[in-house]
Amino acid sequence: MSAPTASRSGYWRRNQRALAPLLFVAPGALMFTVYVVLPIFRSMSISFYDWDGMGVKKWIGLANYAELWSDPAFVVSLENNVIWLVLYMLAVPAGLFIAIFLNQNTRGIRIYKSLFFFPFVISQVVVGLIFSWFYAPGFGLFFKLTQLFDPAGIALLADERYATYGIIAAGLWPQIAYCMILYLTGLNNVAPDQVEAARLDGAKGWRMLWYVILPQLRPATFIAVVVTVIGALRSFDLVSIMTQGGPYGSTRVLSYYMYEEALSEYGYRMGYGAAIAVVLFAIMMVFISGFIWKMYRDETER
Amino acid sequence: MVHYTRSAALAFAVAALTGMAAHAGELVIDTDTSDPAPKAAFQGLIDDFQKANPDVHVTWNIFDHEGYKTAIRNFMTADAPDLANWYAGNRMAPFVTSGQFLDVSDVWDKNGLKDTLKSALPSMTIDGKQWGVPYTYYQWGIYYNKDVFKKFGVDVPKTWDDFIADCAKFKAGGVDCTTTGTKASWPAGGWFDYMDLRTNGYQFHMDLTNGKIAWTDPRVKEVFTQWAKLIVPGYVTPNSSAIDWQDALPNLVQGKAATYLMGNFAVAPLKAAGMTNDTLGFFAFPEITPGVGRAEDAPTDTIHIPAKAKNVVDAKRFLAFLAQADTQSKMNDTLGQLPVNNQAKVGDDPFLQAGFKMLSTADGLAQFFDRDAPAEMAKIGMEGFQEFMAHPDRIDAILARLETARKRIY
Repeated sequence: MSAPTASRSGYWRRNQRALAPLLFVAPGALMFTVYVVLPIFRSMSISFYDWDGMGVKKWIGLANYAELWSDPAFVVSLENNVIWLVLYMLAVPAGLFIAIFLNQNTRGIRIYKSLFFFPFVISQVVVGLIFSWFYAPGFGLFFKLTQLFDPAGIALLADERYATYGIIAAGLWPQIAYCMILYLTGLNNVAPDQVEAARLDGAKGWRMLWYVILPQLRPATFIAVVVTVIGALRSFDLVSIMTQGGPYGSTRVLSYYMYEEALSEYGYRMGYGAAIAVVLFAIMMVFISGFIWKMYRDETER
Repeated sequence: MVHYTRSAALAFAVAALTGMAAHAGELVIDTDTSDPAPKAAFQGLIDDFQKANPDVHVTWNIFDHEGYKTAIRNFMTADAPDLANWYAGNRMAPFVTSGQFLDVSDVWDKNGLKDTLKSALPSMTIDGKQWGVPYTYYQWGIYYNKDVFKKFGVDVPKTWDDFIADCAKFKAGGVDCTTTGTKASWPAGGWFDYMDLRTNGYQFHMDLTNGKIAWTDPRVKEVFTQWAKLIVPGYVTPNSSAIDWQDALPNLVQGKAATYLMGNFAVAPLKAAGMTNDTLGFFAFPEITPGVGRAEDAPTDTIHIPAKAKNVVDAKRFLAFLAQADTQSKMNDTLGQLPVNNQAKVGDDPFLQAGFKMLSTADGLAQFFDRDAPAEMAKIGMEGFQEFMAHPDRIDAILARLETARKRIY
């Protein structure tokens, strides 16, 4: 490197404290702008057009959004997203339960912990395939089990009444593991002296958990809820692998419907797909701004 | 994406050195031929083209078969090749109407393709012009397990009522009359195509897929009434909407099902699973309405020139080469499919021979539901057929939904 000139080094020295953080943020901010912020605004502008992705764009204002509300497929997707959001939340208490169960010192506990964590390590695609075979009509283990009660058997993914729940169950498997690992690290930081003190005061079982352990796990709970909400809203891979939105569109979620309309084999409606994306983004924003607001409040309180 | 720069580049270099390259061209071809047979067929095609045209340098990009379906939209608008493969019928309509494909009517006229490729002319024509050159197609029909037919003493059915009567025999013996896997919904589209083609005929089917007939029309309803004769008594493998079409193949191989309505591409995996010419049979879809001409599904694969191609002259030479009888004989020998050129030779395989005989005597060739109907209608339609196969009682609601979609789409 060549020696900096006197004036430059002077400027640098004077403003180093202000410039250094900006320089560190710059690469990330640039990427974030190009790959996240700009596409968001681009999607918003595309959602006002009738466009097949190739030809001439036609401005149609809010017509795409108007059509959404009378589109039964969109309503089904929205409902499914809500079901996903509610049931996915089960991952948080279930993860906590397993974490508490595994938070002990017995021989080989590390092996058990890694076994419980395993589903999170494998790809969602593999999870989807394993569960598809588990539910598969004819030879699936789950199908065989249901045949004990009903000789015809229940092919979960072929039945519109159960298919979404079948996919969510598959999604919960790795999500519970994720919440579990968050809580396990949280449990490591629980202050032993407080537990000791509580025990001297006669706290046990549920009361101990509720009044002593859980308050100390609040940061872990917060992160677990955040990743679960986001995981539920962006569910796409499992739907795509296990049912492709079927049977007859009953397991679609917003992200999958957007893909179908805009990008899939039969989807040539970029504008309509973008409108779905904007709606999904708006729903996510409700949660994301909530989380950011809470984090901001926690930081300024200190 | 795999990049292949043909070794014939060397020949080109030599020609250039000796000063012979009078009109040297760079020709870029994008294809979705990631599967072994299509890849080998294109390898042969490009090698032969290079041999015949040493002055052209071909660059060949192979895309993954599924990924290509979305990639084509990007490279057509961003960085267009000189040639790209795609499908005939309404499947190419979005590219034609948005001005992405070049009109190649002159190639058809100059090379007499309207005679040699006659059977594919209607499906390659939009607005009276031709937009690409077809090189292969294959038949659809009913593949059956001969051993199961023998065991139940059943002959190949000629009419729909015969078929349904046979189904009752299979059902009594605990065998599914017909199997399918509609998880990807298009196999249900194949069923609808044949039910409609046999009930109402070719012209009606084309008018329906082109949006000229209401889905609530009583003649459409009649199709589903006939179809229900198969579905309501449970002659189809249950839970088919959770099964991939490949996963339904073992049912036929193991004799758990007697028949399977599929395209000829099913023969290769069926034989790989142990079926032979002695156990696997094929017959044309039986007659439903007497007197209705026998039309068949024969999806056609094609090559097109993008509107933004840089080397149109050599691209047109390539299309002319592709249309030749000897080129198509050789390619389809490798593909295990049927050449479109009516002067070309058909392979010895009994299924190809049967398909060739069936298609060359047909009263009309449909492409397939998802190629005859526009993309959006195809998706909603096939989803409806999938639902009908699971819940035949919902037919009125399904048809009402399709009719709403038809009014919006066309």
